[in-house]
Parts: sequence; C-alpha cells; structure tokens
Amino acid sequence: MKAAVVVFPGSNCDRDCKTAIERSTGASVDMVWHGESELPSGLDLIVLPGGFAHGDYLRCGAMAALSPVMGAVRAAAARGVAVAGICNGFQVLCEAGMLPGAMLRNAGLKYVCKAVALDVVNAQTRFTAAYGEQRVAVMTVGNGEGAYFADPETLDRLEGDGRIAFRYRDNPNGSARDIAGIVSEDGHVLGVMPHPDRAFEAALGSADGVPLFQSILGRA
Amino acid sequence: MKAKVEVFLKPGVLDVQGKAVENALHGLGWSGAANVRVGRVITFDVAAASADAARGDVEAMCERLLANPVIESYRVEIAP
Repeated sequence: MKAAVVVFPGSNCDRDCKTAIERSTGASVDMVWHGESELPSGLDLIVLPGGFAHGDYLRCGAMAALSPVMGAVRAAAARGVAVAGICNGFQVLCEAGMLPGAMLRNAGLKYVCKAVALDVVNAQTRFTAAYGEQRVAVMTVGNGEGAYFADPETLDRLEGDGRIAFRYRDNPNGSARDIAGIVSEDGHVLGVMPHPDRAFEAALGSADGVPLFQSILGRA
Repeated sequence: MKAKVEVFLKPGVLDVQGKAVENALHGLGWSGAANVRVGRVITFDVAAASADAARGDVEAMCERLLANPVIESYRVEIAP
C-alpha cells in the first residue's frame, strides 16, 4: 500500500502524518511538495496535513487550494483514490470545493487545543470501516478556525446521506450540528478537524486514529 | 483603474470577531454600538478597457479567490 502526504509552505503536521500512517499500516509514504503538478503513481491515499499553509493568508486554505498539486489531487480523487484532509487540510478541501461548507472562527474566539471525544457516526465509510463496533474515538483538536459551517440544506443532505463521519460529543468550537468530519458525495474524500495523526499510540494519549488509517490502507 | 473590494461575513453568519469588538465598545461606555461586523478591504490596480470591464474582472476575482461565497459577501468599487 502506498500513501502520499502533501507539504505546503506552513504545513506542520506533515511528518506526524507520515509517521502515523507508517506505524498504523506499514504503508510507504512519499512526501510531495505543493508545487508539484504530478503525484507518485499507484497511490491508495493522499493526505493534506494540518498546519498553516501559506500563513493562513486571506482565508485558511485559500492559497493552498490553488496550488499546482491540487489539480492532481482532484484528478486522483475523481479516479477513486482516497483523499483525507486533516485540520488545515480539511480547510483546504473546503476552499478547493472538494467538500461542501467552510470553516469559521471558533465560537469562543479561542484557539482550542485539547483532546476531544468523537462519535463515530458512520462506520460504513472507507475512512471509518475499521472502527467496527468502536463508537467513540478520542483525538486532539488544535484550531482557531474550526467551526464548520454550511447552509441548512447542505447540513440536512450531509446528515440524510450518512456523510457525517465524526461528531463532537462536547462541541469545542461551535461547529454546525457538532460536525467534526465529513465525506464527499462519492465517499472518496474525507475532511476531519481533529487529528488522527496525533493519536497513533497509547503514549500519545490515544491510539484511536489508527483505525482511520487502517480503514483505508489495511492493517500492518 | 483602482479597485476596492470589501468582504464581510454574510448576514446570518455569526461574526464572533464583530461580537467581541462590540462587547469591548460596550465596555468602553458606547452602549449604543450594535451589529458590529469585522470585514476585510482589498485594494489594487486593475488594467481594463472600461469601468464595466474592470468590474466584471474584479467580481470574477471575488468569486474565485477574494471572497468565499459560502460564508462571505462582497462589494466592489471601481474608480479611475
């Protein structure tokens, strides 16, 4: 199995993602600079990592969404390659129009950095299947603009179509309908605000990110 | 031509920054301040054959990049 992590100027979770994927699944992970217009061949997963791509200038993810690499990411997702955006990566996918909605400044105006409990709302997606009977996952959030927003019709559609993958049990930032993670209409793209990449062994406080990577790439 | 773009969160989208500024104004004694919204102003020069053409270009820029139509509305001013 093969994965790639995209590195934008200002990404700061790219190496965490690489390590988390390697330890969770044994997959080989390539790092791909945002200026590349092609991705390595034979990928099973592309991760857009957390951080502050392009310094969050204009809006979080707005510049990164226009990076040369995003054309290749969009084409790969259209071919059925799994694409996961974590935190800033989720913001990039929204700005790129690959996921609906947008992120607002947190309701409390604070940067929220703490462990949160998530309900695994839909364990039938290709990103959550390995959670099986596990209904709750603990991961950390770290964001200042992580309040998910979409119009009520879009939210109804996400709910009705089973596209909400994760919900906060105790909403930390004012996200609409407690949404922490959603998938695209075709199911190939995931956006998740908490960090599975910071939850891959007990020493980190939680290993609940492991099933997410194993869902896509299989067990090590 | 000179372009000036104002970008604000749409009415109905909670502007927590505006809310915080409003609370601070109340704290300073301006209890009559209400509906504070914090936005962004972007100015630049734009090469175009006419003001209408410039406006068309700048509106397209807003849709593609300068604003996020999911959460933001924008206003364009064009000056010679």
